[in-house]
Amino acid sequence: MNKKHTTIATKNPCKLCSPLGASLVFKGIQGAIPILHGSQGCATYIRRYFISHFREPVDVASSNFVETTSIFGGAKNLYEALENIKEQYLPEVIGVATTCLSETIGDDVPMYLRNFLKAKGTCPFPDIVYVSTPSYSGTHMNGFHSTVKAIVEYYSSLLKKSNLPVVNENGEKMKRIAIFPNFVSPEDIRHLKEIVLDFKMSAVFVPDYSDTLDGANWDDYQKIPKGGTSRKELSSLWRVDASIELGNSLDVFNSAGKFLDEEFKIKRYGLALPIGINLTDAFFNSLKIISGRKTPDKYIAQRGRLIDAYCDAHKYLFGKRAVVFGEEDLVVSMARFLCEIGVIPVFCSSGEKGKMMEKNLRQISEEYGKEIIINTKADFVDIEEQVETLKPDFLIGNSKGYTFSRRLGIPLIRVSFPIHDRFGALRISHLAYKGTQELLDRIVNTIIVKKQAESAVGYTYM
Amino acid sequence: MAEVLIQREQQVFRKGADKFDISCEKNSTAGSVSQRACVFCGSRVVLYPIVDVLHLVHGPIGCAAYTWDIRGALSSGSELYRMSFSTDLQETDVVYGGEKKLYQSLIELIDKYKPNAAFVYATCIIGIIGDDIDAVCKRVAKEKGLPVLPVHSEGFKGTKKDGYKAACKALFKLVGTLEPEDVKRISINILGDFNIAGETWMIRNYYEQMGIKVVTTITGDSRVADICKAHGASLNVVQCSGSIMPLAKMMKEKYGIPFIRVSYFGIEDTSDALLKVAEFFKDEKIIARTKKLIEKEKKMYASEIFKYKDELKGKKATIYVGGAFKAFSLIKALDKVGMSVAVVGSQTGNQEDYVKLREMCDAGTVILDDSNPIELAKFSLEKNVDIFIGGVKERPMAYKLGIGFCDHNHHRKEALTGFEGMLNFIREVYSSVMSPVWKFTLRR
Repeated sequence: MNKKHTTIATKNPCKLCSPLGASLVFKGIQGAIPILHGSQGCATYIRRYFISHFREPVDVASSNFVETTSIFGGAKNLYEALENIKEQYLPEVIGVATTCLSETIGDDVPMYLRNFLKAKGTCPFPDIVYVSTPSYSGTHMNGFHSTVKAIVEYYSSLLKKSNLPVVNENGEKMKRIAIFPNFVSPEDIRHLKEIVLDFKMSAVFVPDYSDTLDGANWDDYQKIPKGGTSRKELSSLWRVDASIELGNSLDVFNSAGKFLDEEFKIKRYGLALPIGINLTDAFFNSLKIISGRKTPDKYIAQRGRLIDAYCDAHKYLFGKRAVVFGEEDLVVSMARFLCEIGVIPVFCSSGEKGKMMEKNLRQISEEYGKEIIINTKADFVDIEEQVETLKPDFLIGNSKGYTFSRRLGIPLIRVSFPIHDRFGALRISHLAYKGTQELLDRIVNTIIVKKQAESAVGYTYM
Repeated sequence: MAEVLIQREQQVFRKGADKFDISCEKNSTAGSVSQRACVFCGSRVVLYPIVDVLHLVHGPIGCAAYTWDIRGALSSGSELYRMSFSTDLQETDVVYGGEKKLYQSLIELIDKYKPNAAFVYATCIIGIIGDDIDAVCKRVAKEKGLPVLPVHSEGFKGTKKDGYKAACKALFKLVGTLEPEDVKRISINILGDFNIAGETWMIRNYYEQMGIKVVTTITGDSRVADICKAHGASLNVVQCSGSIMPLAKMMKEKYGIPFIRVSYFGIEDTSDALLKVAEFFKDEKIIARTKKLIEKEKKMYASEIFKYKDELKGKKATIYVGGAFKAFSLIKALDKVGMSVAVVGSQTGNQEDYVKLREMCDAGTVILDDSNPIELAKFSLEKNVDIFIGGVKERPMAYKLGIGFCDHNHHRKEALTGFEGMLNFIREVYSSVMSPVWKFTLRR
């Protein structure tokens, strides 16, 4: 069943704008800093949004349009911004993402950049990766995926392409893999890196903000925090053995993985975000195929413990009803995981157009014989109204659902982005057996806490 | 590598070493990671705390998403202001114009939420795609019988300050549209307090104790009807002058209402503010009540505050705020507990502000206009400050560098105004400066 967004206006948005996704991806490239080509506010608002989630400094520059810029075009401001960023940040890479303003006035940014580099002549300048991210088309996720693709395209077209080491320190041949992990937490990226390494593969992650947005204390201001995927790694993408692209929505997106496939015949594994046993098994299966190795014992043990926990937890969970909202890829994987543990995801919602979400959720609904109300292009008022009608046992989504969680007394399990009202958002695990285990623990404990609090007896054992 | 960009050299001033007048009130340098936002932000922050209205952001989704429920401004009634509405323009709207969508959005939202007025914020692309929001607002106002006010806050049309002006213009359209029922001679409007953590209520309470009627609070916890009657007050008492002064000036011109500038930050400034207002009315009874109130409050909080002095004495701070006026009070307040300010700056200060800052500061103090993280970090480290007083955007930078932090911006949930607020502020400073965690950081 589908629930339509019923109003013309959007009320309490359940999506963010495209340049936010672009900025995040550039944060995952070594030595990179993004410039948003538009008004100062775009960069500042996006910084504030990130900072409240990651609790890390996030520098995003702006070409800072003024009134004359929007009349005469943004070339001058863009050039000045590029020079100033180079001067002050010493970046290796400058990411230029457009905004609704520069797109609407019709700025031809690729031409500006060609002219800029032509004028530079042989003077060395940081790499400039350009991406078009008008906020009137798509959401932050479109900005995210477009930027991943722009980076991959840019570095795959460079004449001086590099290779990753093909042997590890023991002289063993290593398979090389590209991973496009989707908008996940720094902790998730760290875990995925660990898994790939345990499969004795070398991987290039686009993006990898696991260090840049979750790093140690500093003794001096790090203009560009350490970490991220290096240019050398990016330039080796054309030689990888396979790519794994996480997120079902990318199946209909002109994605980085598809680009590598079309250009270099690199096999693309398009997978759902690995949450739950089934989806994580699929992820590990792909790794097995690509690496030609067995799943390391460590993960077999994690899987075993997770199934054991499923059994221990099943009574708390069976027949419970959940509402899930957020990015469509997350919603789909979360819904499948919930079905696996006997919870019914009665209502699944995303601010995105969610074509693939609809298709996948229908499939899940059929498979498990449970009705799922699907709501795409949703806003938080739509979601609130459904939550009020359906009275689920708990909510899973970002912290913006807190308003109705509080009003209706329904607990919210915080996942994904943004999490502006809890500590440690950047360390939340969602993926693979380990991430699922943590999610499961949180879900079960949420139910126990509620039951315990509502009990007249006040049991100390539950 | 440049720590300070050439274009910005005149916006960085060291007292005692530099001779020039600091350059200010200019557009941010392209490529500098300015801590400023935009015109829209200026309008949105000023109007946000008006509780019983519909705030509709006309444009693509970002501007509405990032300004949804982000401030600590409290309401004693309607919660409508905490919602964020957007026309969420799509590619086709950009091509064919967004007027129809704006009209339909307004109609349906007014029907659904029954606000007492609506503000329509124009974002960057509205003028460019040729939408006549004035006309749409007029039409809806007529059809629905309520004020529907366009706010011309296109992001690129100036700085945050221009956004304040646009907001004041919209507010001014409301003033004078309803007749105040009982005009009292001894009455004021509180301008430029936004009721963060209930601060407007605290201030209002002081005035009521003094025997002064508060007609309207603009915009903390304000209602449309009250704003419409604001011309009934005899005096505008203006805090945060950067944001709301244009309104005070317009009201003076049209209604002859005088205004005075005050600050409620710190014991000294709060006392001065209340006395100044009391003396304006030349009423001995009020002056006596005010003096008594100040004495009582001081007695209650001053000794408690001075308890922290021994440990805070000699500690150094960086202050980076939106409007410079707040910095004056902060410098005085920190001085009371023996702390000095080594770096001070603002996003939107004017020449007059910076001259005053220069006079207030010790030699060697660095003064910054429209600064960025690199400069703020550089000078805070150079001066080895113990605490950074600023907004959310500066917090992680301070923590990363092993520097304490106190949030003094609109996102905070702590009341820092008035006598009681000063104690809260010093406790906040104390709890960050004295934390044992800093000794583990790389810099300490």
